[in-house]
Amino acid sequence: MFQPELETMSREALERLQLSRLRTQLARVYVNVPLYRRKFDEAGLRPEQIESLDDIRRVPFTVKDDLRSAYPFGMFAVPPRDVVRVHSSSGTTGQITVVGYTRGDVERWSDLMARTLVCAGATADDIVQVTYGYGLFTGGLGAHYGSERLGAMTIPVSGGNTSRQVQIMKDFGVTVLACTPSYALLIAETAAQMGIDVPSLPLRIGVFGAEPWSEAMREQVEKAMGIRAIDIYGLSEVMGPGVASECSERHGLHVFEDHFLIEIIDPVTMEPVPDGEQGEVVFTTLTKEALPVIRYRTRDISRIVTGECACGRTFRRMERVTGRTDDMLIIRGVNVYPSQIEQVLMGIEGIAPHYQVVLTKRGSMDAVEVHVEVGPEMEFDEIRELESLQKKVAAAIAGALAVSVAVKLVEPKSIQRSEGKAKRVLDLRGEGAGPR
Amino acid sequence: MIEQLSVFLENERGRLAGMCRVLGDAGHDMRALVVADTTEYGVARVICDRPREARRALEAAGFAVSLTSVVAVEVPDRPGGLAAVLELLDHADVNVEYLYCFLRPGAGAAVDILRVGDVEKAATLLQEAGLSVVPARSVYAPDEG
Repeated sequence: MFQPELETMSREALERLQLSRLRTQLARVYVNVPLYRRKFDEAGLRPEQIESLDDIRRVPFTVKDDLRSAYPFGMFAVPPRDVVRVHSSSGTTGQITVVGYTRGDVERWSDLMARTLVCAGATADDIVQVTYGYGLFTGGLGAHYGSERLGAMTIPVSGGNTSRQVQIMKDFGVTVLACTPSYALLIAETAAQMGIDVPSLPLRIGVFGAEPWSEAMREQVEKAMGIRAIDIYGLSEVMGPGVASECSERHGLHVFEDHFLIEIIDPVTMEPVPDGEQGEVVFTTLTKEALPVIRYRTRDISRIVTGECACGRTFRRMERVTGRTDDMLIIRGVNVYPSQIEQVLMGIEGIAPHYQVVLTKRGSMDAVEVHVEVGPEMEFDEIRELESLQKKVAAAIAGALAVSVAVKLVEPKSIQRSEGKAKRVLDLRGEGAGPR
Repeated sequence: MIEQLSVFLENERGRLAGMCRVLGDAGHDMRALVVADTTEYGVARVICDRPREARRALEAAGFAVSLTSVVAVEVPDRPGGLAAVLELLDHADVNVEYLYCFLRPGAGAAVDILRVGDVEKAATLLQEAGLSVVPARSVYAPDEG
């Protein structure tokens, strides 16, 4: 562990620390950020009324649009002269959002990314190839500062020029690769085309994040590169990479709770859900100075992994992010995420990985069709075998999620493949109904 | 024992033709074909030359194919001929999943293809009852080797 005294502190001590930091943070933003002051006033709430961690439920949420409307620096809680760094989100879903860091923020971020690398098994003896993009995107510089903080040899390659990535990996004896999982696959493929056998190189660890990926993809990239890959999580609005990370146990991502307060809420009722239940991830930054966010709705879907982790860290874990609230379906009044349907399907023997969840509209209602590819490993000579398979899939989904779906059997390879893996969820709800 | 191909077909225009085209282009003569269909899909059961090779050709063309063992038996071409055969199996508790029949030109008997729970047992029963169980090579050209 990089900071064992913090990473293994007792829950009681941690919660005391969180509450004290939360109260300080709320008082700061109330004074320094007009948007937060307005939200608090509208809710009839004074920061000092927050006396326990549970009281955070009384605090209004912050959403992406708040950050957009404050473009560029309207949500900064410090004067511009105290800001030493600025990053931004990509802006693919609208106006870009700008995030700022004080010198102290950069220091803490470096520590948290160093923690992340140590979680992955890296040490000061490693050679780290940072292939996340450098620039306004938080990935490159975030990983870079963490790697330097750890004391590893840091190679700031940034993204792109894949054959050069492979050459550097080989020539420099790189041992840790930090990039998006899909780019890791492309690097592996490119290396193969260049006649370079990645598994025989010193490369041993992959630190992958910035996009959702599956366990199947992990197996694929680990096999292709001969590495152990871990999932990391972060988002620029909260800090960037280094918000949460898998450890050697790889059973959920430890949220660095001394700096971030995590809540999981029902995105419809906005009420917190019990630990273990799926919902939208909400973060409050406890130590960010330049751009604190209070109850920021990430739109990411996850759940708290209950129980203690064998690694010794006391920070709670969030499950790998499986989707976005934007993908949520409402089927006869029941909220369902495509990822939940996937989970049920993955548990049914004989159909994984050859299936696809197709989302359509029937009138104004969301409808789900599960397409299952018929394969040679299935007994399908008799129609009743096929019918019983259809019934089994429908019953499993109805049993687990209390919604009914249509199950359609399709021919092999009729499900679209992308980047070597099937696209699991096909959303046709927007088709013919104008842009969403 | 007869090897039958079962081919999964979505109920879409041209799928059956597509399957036949693949078999035709690869030189597999079909002896019998029957399609069991539902509203969404069908399963085509095919007896053809070199069934294992045919399966590979179909799979290469993207079809889901399974190979099933079935019994072919000559049934006397007269009223009650098939009834007697089925009664025999029924009494011995051999379940018939489905059957279809084809006529061989010039022969005085129909050939029935039976998909049964226990192929070996059915074949023995039929032979002991004096019926002619048809070997693969007299229906189609088997795969070599």
